[in-house]
Amino acid sequence: MFKRLGDSGATLTLSVDGRSIRARIGDTVAAAMLAAGIDHCRTTPVSGAPRAPYCLMGACFDCLVTVDGVGNRQGCLVPVREGMTIETQLGKREAGR
Amino acid sequence: MAASDYDVAVVGGGLVGAATAWGLAREGCRVALLDEGDRAVRASRGNFALIWVQSKGLGLAPYAGWTVRSSNAWAAFAQALKEETGLDVCFQRPGGFHLALSEKELEARANVLRRLHNQPGIVDYKTEILDRSQVAKMLPDIGPEVVGGSYCPLDGHVNSLRLFRTLHTAINARGVKYLPSHRVENITKDDGEFRLTTSGGTIRAGRVALAAGNANMRLAPMVGLEAPMKPERGQIVVTERLRPFLNHPVVTVRQTDEGTVMIGDSKEDSTDPSGLTLGVSATEAERAVRLFPLLANVNVVRTWSAIRVMTQDGFPIYDESETHPGAFVLCCHSGVTLAANHALTVAPMIARGALDQTLVAPFSARRFHVQEAG
Ligand code: FES
Repeated sequence: MFKRLGDSGATLTLSVDGRSIRARIGDTVAAAMLAAGIDHCRTTPVSGAPRAPYCLMGACFDCLVTVDGVGNRQGCLVPVREGMTIETQLGKREAGR
Repeated sequence: MAASDYDVAVVGGGLVGAATAWGLAREGCRVALLDEGDRAVRASRGNFALIWVQSKGLGLAPYAGWTVRSSNAWAAFAQALKEETGLDVCFQRPGGFHLALSEKELEARANVLRRLHNQPGIVDYKTEILDRSQVAKMLPDIGPEVVGGSYCPLDGHVNSLRLFRTLHTAINARGVKYLPSHRVENITKDDGEFRLTTSGGTIRAGRVALAAGNANMRLAPMVGLEAPMKPERGQIVVTERLRPFLNHPVVTVRQTDEGTVMIGDSKEDSTDPSGLTLGVSATEAERAVRLFPLLANVNVVRTWSAIRVMTQDGFPIYDESETHPGAFVLCCHSGVTLAANHALTVAPMIARGALDQTLVAPFSARRFHVQEAG
C-alpha cells in the first residue's frame, strides 16, 4: 500500500496486536502502522466499522489505538518508541485502560 | 369576541414548555409554543438528564409525592413519545446512588433522609442507606474511599439531547405551532382573550401557560401572577465514550446510553452562562475520580456551563391567575424529572381551564407570602 520514499535512518521494533513490526525513529504510531501495511487501527463505537488513520494531523480521531495499555490515543500524535505495545482499539474505550 | 388564533399560548420552548405543549395538543387544544431566538439562554440545553427522586421534598413533603408520581409515569411517557416519533429518549430507571467519601458524609446523608422521612404526609420514596459492601455489589468500580451511600430504586435518567429533540418532533407532529424569535414583551387580556405582544408579532390565545424558566419572573406579573426565581450556574464535564461500566446513575456522575460519562452538580451564584471556571470543573472531576478511580486517565471531550432554573425555595410553582383567569404559571428546577407530570397531569388541567388543587395546591407561590409575614 504505502511505500517509504527513502530507506535511510535507524529502525526500532514495536508490537501491534502481538505481532512485531519495524518502524523508523521519528515515525508516529499511525505512520508506522500504515507503513507496515496494517489497514485499520480501530473499529467505531457505534457500528463497529473498521477505520484507518486519515488526516495524520490530530484532527479526525480516526487513528485511535491503545498504546501501552492506554485506550483512545491518537496514533498520529504519538511518536514510536522501542518496545511499544500497540493494540487495535475495538469500539469504545474501556475505562481504566 | 374574535375567535383566538390558538386555544393556548405556551410561553417558553424548553423542556417544561415543550412537555406542556405536547400534553395540551393530546387533549385536542390548538397550541402555539412561543420561544426566543437562538441567542436565548437555554437552561434546558444544559441539563444533566437525571430523573431524580431521592432528596426531593425536604421542607415541602408533597414535592416528594409529586416527584414519585412523575418518576412512575415516565415509562409510559417515553413509550408514547417513541410511538409518535420513532425516537427513543433512552429512559432507564435502574435506581440511583448518592455516594459518601467519609463516615461524616454518610451520616450527614442519613440525617437528611431521616428528616425527609419524618415529615408528616411524606410518601414512601423507598430510599435506603447502604454500606460499602452493599454499594459495591451494584457499583463494582467504586474507589477505596467510598464508605457507602443512599440508593433509591425510583431514580433514573434519559438521553438529554434526544429528549429535547424528541419533544420538539412530537409537538410538531401534533400540529403545535412552534414560534421561535417570539420573545414576549407584554400580555394583556381583552374581550376574554389574551394578546401576547412579541418580537415576532401579536399572538391571540384563549389561555396562556407561562413556562419560561427564570424568565417567568418577568412575565408572571403581566397576568397577576408571581414567580420568585433565583437562578444559579452549574458546570458539566463530559468524557469520551467508554464501554459501559456504570450501571446506575450517581447524582454527580452518570454514564449515558452512548457511553460518555457526565460529571456535574456544581452550584455557583452566577447568571453568566458563558463562564467556565477551571477550579470548579477540576473539583468536580477530582471527586468523580475518587468515586470511580478508573476515570483517572479518561479524556475529557467537553465542558460547559449552564444556568439552572431555580425558584427561590427550590420547589415548583404551579398557579392560576385570579385577576386574569385562564393564565397559568409553571416553574420548576427539575424539567426532566417532572416532564411526565407536566405532559400527563398539568397539561390536561390547563386544557380543562383549572388546576386540580387536590394535586397542586402546595405548589402555589402564595407560600412565599406566608414566609414573609411569618
Ligand atoms: S489521523 Fe486524524 S487525528 Fe490522527
